[in-house]
Amino acid sequence: MSGPSTYEPKTGIERWLDTRLPIVRFAYDTALNFPTPKNLNYWWTFGGILALMLGIQLATGIVLAMHYVPHVDHAFASVERIMRDVNYGWLIRYMHANGASMFFLAVYIHMMRGLYYGSYKAPREVLWIIGCLIYLAMMATGFIGYVLPWGQMSFHGAVVITNLFGALPIIGEPITTWLWGGFAVDNPTLNRFFSLHYLLPFVIAGLVVLHVWALHVPGNNNPTGVNVKSAADTVPFHPYYTVKDGFAIAVFLLLYGAFVFYNPNALGHADNYIPANPLVTPAHIVPEWYFLPFYAILRAVPDKLGGVLLMFGAIATLFVLPWLDTSKVRSMRYRPTARLYFFIFVFACLVLGLCGARLPDDPVIGAASGLILLDADINSFVWLSRVATLYFFAYFWLILPVLGLTETPLPQPEGISEPVLSHPATTPAGATASPEKRG
Amino acid sequence: MLRKAIALAVLGLACVAGPAAAAGGHIELRHESWSFAGPFGKFDTAQLQRGYKVYREVCAACHGMKLLSFRNLGERGGPFYDAEYKNPNDNPYVKALAADIQVGDIDSETGDAIQRAATPADRFPSPFPNDAAAAASNGGAIPPDLSVIAKARAGGPDYIYSLLTGYVQPPAGLTVTPGMNYNKYFAGDLAPYWTGDPKHVPTGGFIAMPPQLAPDKVTFDDGTKSTIDQQAKDVAAFLMWAAEPKMVERKQFGLGAMVYLLIFTVILYFSYRRVWRNVAH
Repeated sequence: MSGPSTYEPKTGIERWLDTRLPIVRFAYDTALNFPTPKNLNYWWTFGGILALMLGIQLATGIVLAMHYVPHVDHAFASVERIMRDVNYGWLIRYMHANGASMFFLAVYIHMMRGLYYGSYKAPREVLWIIGCLIYLAMMATGFIGYVLPWGQMSFHGAVVITNLFGALPIIGEPITTWLWGGFAVDNPTLNRFFSLHYLLPFVIAGLVVLHVWALHVPGNNNPTGVNVKSAADTVPFHPYYTVKDGFAIAVFLLLYGAFVFYNPNALGHADNYIPANPLVTPAHIVPEWYFLPFYAILRAVPDKLGGVLLMFGAIATLFVLPWLDTSKVRSMRYRPTARLYFFIFVFACLVLGLCGARLPDDPVIGAASGLILLDADINSFVWLSRVATLYFFAYFWLILPVLGLTETPLPQPEGISEPVLSHPATTPAGATASPEKRG
Repeated sequence: MLRKAIALAVLGLACVAGPAAAAGGHIELRHESWSFAGPFGKFDTAQLQRGYKVYREVCAACHGMKLLSFRNLGERGGPFYDAEYKNPNDNPYVKALAADIQVGDIDSETGDAIQRAATPADRFPSPFPNDAAAAASNGGAIPPDLSVIAKARAGGPDYIYSLLTGYVQPPAGLTVTPGMNYNKYFAGDLAPYWTGDPKHVPTGGFIAMPPQLAPDKVTFDDGTKSTIDQQAKDVAAFLMWAAEPKMVERKQFGLGAMVYLLIFTVILYFSYRRVWRNVAH
C-alpha cells in the first residue's frame, strides 16, 4: 500500500536535505500522506492514544527520575517529597501513576479491537507479534514501576511476582536470586528495578517504531476486513485521521484528567502508602488492576508451577494466535458465530479481573451456603476463575481453530467503498475537493 | 457516534469499577460531609487549626509525622497560611508554634547532642528515638507515622473519624485480650475470642491504642465545643491535609484543565465533522 512517494520538496533547504537525508520525505510519507482506509471507526483511534500515552509516561517519568531516590531507606519519602516540595510534582506523579492505568486501558481496547476485526491475520502477523512484545514489555515496566514507591504493596507484590520464577524446576532458584541481586527483595532489587524501569520504556519506544513500520507495509486493516482495492478506498492520514484521532485523544484525556485531578488514588491500593515492611505482610496482596486477570489465572491452579506456566501460557498464546485462527474472514462482522464467542471471551476476561481482586475462597453469590461438590466449594471465586480460565484458553485453542473450518460466514462486501458506508457525504461528491486546504 | 461513545464509556467503567467494587468489605464507615470533598472542595482553615491542636496535644505523644515540617503549616493551603508571609519560614505564628517544640540537634561548637527550640525549617520530631523504643512503650505495637495515614487507609478521613469514635462496649460474649481495646471499625478477626454464635462473629477488632479523645481534653481557641466527635472530625481533616497538602491546588488546577480540554474536544469534534463532510465513510 505504501506506494511511490509523492513528496515534492518545495524550498531550497528541503531539496538540499532531501538528497542527503530524506527525513522530511519519510515523515511526509508515513505521517501525513499515508493512505488510510476511509472507513476506520473509533476503535481505531487507540493506536494514536497509545502513542500519546507512551510520550506522557516518558516525559513525566524522566522528570520523576530527577527527584526519586532508589534506596530502600529513601524511596518512599522521596516520592512524597515529589508530592509536596517539587513544583507541580503532585501533577507529574499523579499523571505518571494514573497514566500507567490509562495506558493499559487503551492497550486492552486496542488488542480487543485487533481480535474482533482480525487484524492479526495475514499479512499482519508480524505487526501483531510486535504488538504482543510491546504488551509484554509494558507489563514488565508496569510491574517494576509499581515497586519503586516502596510501599507495602510494592514490596510484597515484588516478593510474590519474583517468587513465581522460583517455581521453575532447577533454574528457578538461581533466576530468583539473580533477579533479586541477593537472597531476598532488598536494596539491590530496588536499584536494578529502577534501572530497568528507565530502560524498558525506550525498548517499548523502539518496538513501537517497528510496530508502525510493520503497519505501514500492509497498511491498516479496516472494520470490513476487506483489502483496500484502490485509492478511492483511502484518504490521506492528514488531515482526516489526525483530526479524528485528535478528537478521540481529547475525549480520552478528559477521562484521564478525571482520575488525575479528582480521583488520583482510586486505581491504587491504600496499603501502598504504608512504607514497605518485610516483617508485616498485608492481609490481601493484590496487583494493579491491569494484572488482575493474569493473577486470577495464576491462582486458578492449585499447583504453583502449574499456575505460573498457565499464566505465561496465556500471554504466549497471543503470540501464536495468527496461526490458531483458521478462518480466512478477518472481520467478525461477517462471522456471527465467532462474534458471539468473542463477546463471551471479553466477558470472561472481565470476570477473571473480578476474580483476581477477590479472595479465592470468598463466595461468589451472597451468603448462600456453599455448594459442595467433590470436597470443594463451587460457590467461590477460585472456581469462577477456573471456569473463566478454561474459556480463555478454549477460545484460542479450540473455538477459533474449529470455528474457522466449520462456520458459514456472511457474504463479505466486494470492497470497502460501496456497501458499507454508514455516513454518506453531506455534500455531493466532487463539490469541493481538498478540505484540508479550506481550514 | 453516540452509541459507540456509550459502548466505550461502559467498557471503561467495567474495567475501572470491577476491582473498585471488589475492594469493599466489612463494616460501613461513618460518613462525614467534609468541606474538602467533591471537585470544588476546600479545606476549612479553622478546622485544620483545631485538628493541628488535637494532633499536637494528643496524638503527637505517640505518633510521629516524619514527612512534615513546621513550615508546611504556613504554606499556601496550610492551616496557618498568611498571605503577608509568602515564605512560611517568616510567618511569626508558624515560628511561635515551632518554638514550642524541642528538637534534637548537634552543637556545632562542641559536637554534643543538644535539645533546642524548633524553627519552621525543622521536621516534626518523632516521639520515640526508634521503633524498638516505640514498641516497648506501647505493649509491642508501634504507633504508625501519621504523615500519609489518610491515604494509607481505605476510607481515608472517614476511617480515621470512625476509628477515633468507634470505641464502644464490646458485645457480651467477646473476651477482650488484656492490654487491647475493642473498636468496631478496626480490622481484625474476632472469631477466636467469641463465645457466642459462630455464624455471627462481631465486626471490628482489637487495637492496642486505648481511646484517646475525651470531652474538653483539647481547648479550641475559636470557642468550638470540644466534644469527642468534634475532635475526631477535626484531626481527621488535619490528617487529610497533611497527607495531601496540594489537594485544593490540584482540584483548582483540574477545573481549568478540564474546561480547557472540554472546549478543545468540542472544537476538534466540529473540525472532524468539517474535514470529513465530503467523504463517505
